[in-house]
Amino acid sequence: MEIYNFTPLSALAGGILIGLSAVLLLTVNGRIAGISGIVHGIVAPEKPNDLDWRLLFLVGLIAGAFLYRLLNGMDTSIALEASILIVGGGGILTGIGTAVGSGCTSGHGICGLARRSSRSLAATISFMLVGGITVFILRHVIGG
Amino acid sequence: MTRAFLVIFAGLLFGFGLCVSQMVNPAKVLGFLDIAGLWDPSLAFVMMGALGVAAIGFPRILSRPKPLLEGDFFMPPRSGIDAPLIVGAIIFGIGWGLVGFCPGPAIASLAYGLLKSWLFVASMVIGMLAVRLVLGPRLLQPTP
Repeated sequence: MEIYNFTPLSALAGGILIGLSAVLLLTVNGRIAGISGIVHGIVAPEKPNDLDWRLLFLVGLIAGAFLYRLLNGMDTSIALEASILIVGGGGILTGIGTAVGSGCTSGHGICGLARRSSRSLAATISFMLVGGITVFILRHVIGG
Repeated sequence: MTRAFLVIFAGLLFGFGLCVSQMVNPAKVLGFLDIAGLWDPSLAFVMMGALGVAAIGFPRILSRPKPLLEGDFFMPPRSGIDAPLIVGAIIFGIGWGLVGFCPGPAIASLAYGLLKSWLFVASMVIGMLAVRLVLGPRLLQPTP
């Protein structure tokens, strides 16, 4: 192991903003800022009159990223190296997994852990571990 | 109106935070998951920042009788750890490790205008719809 590309301060600052967002949404609206759950409630709604806040939050989410780009000379620094097939397959797995497992990095990893939910702890450990194993296989077993 | 503005603002904070922390960048996320290679521990600091703020804020907010602009809190049930939770988290973990996107960053990255972001988000929605089609709404719980 070798430490590489480490940006602790911007990571911490960005994380604090994400935490403030989750606290704000809970304070105002009484909802959990879990992005897969928010999307799920739009594409496969389970209760009536529950759409508007979800759409507004997602509009804000994209606008926030766009604002960051604007303030940073139309930043283009993100790199998505996976092939189209892998991106599509990974997207489908993410959709299935978050629907079956009731949450993702934000819902389980931040909001659920903040509520000291044992379910979220189990889920977070599981997807972190499997994410790590997947990258290990891709980069060091198949690619190595 | 106030509620709509504040929900959009919460989304904005989230999207901006994902960019500041670079979690919106799949290459950065995969660098974190690749512990055996050149390891980038930054994502741990994103989680620390977000979870730190949320873990302080959530209990304080949830001890109030209700949210500011909503009748009640909408909290996922505190049921036990079951098979769908873990199986779902494992499937999601594979998708996460393959691409480097989880749902929040994938949607925020739409602001970067990459075709692969749209492909990922569309595939994710298809995955969610497939689960709804196969399992029906009852097995699905809101995101913790």
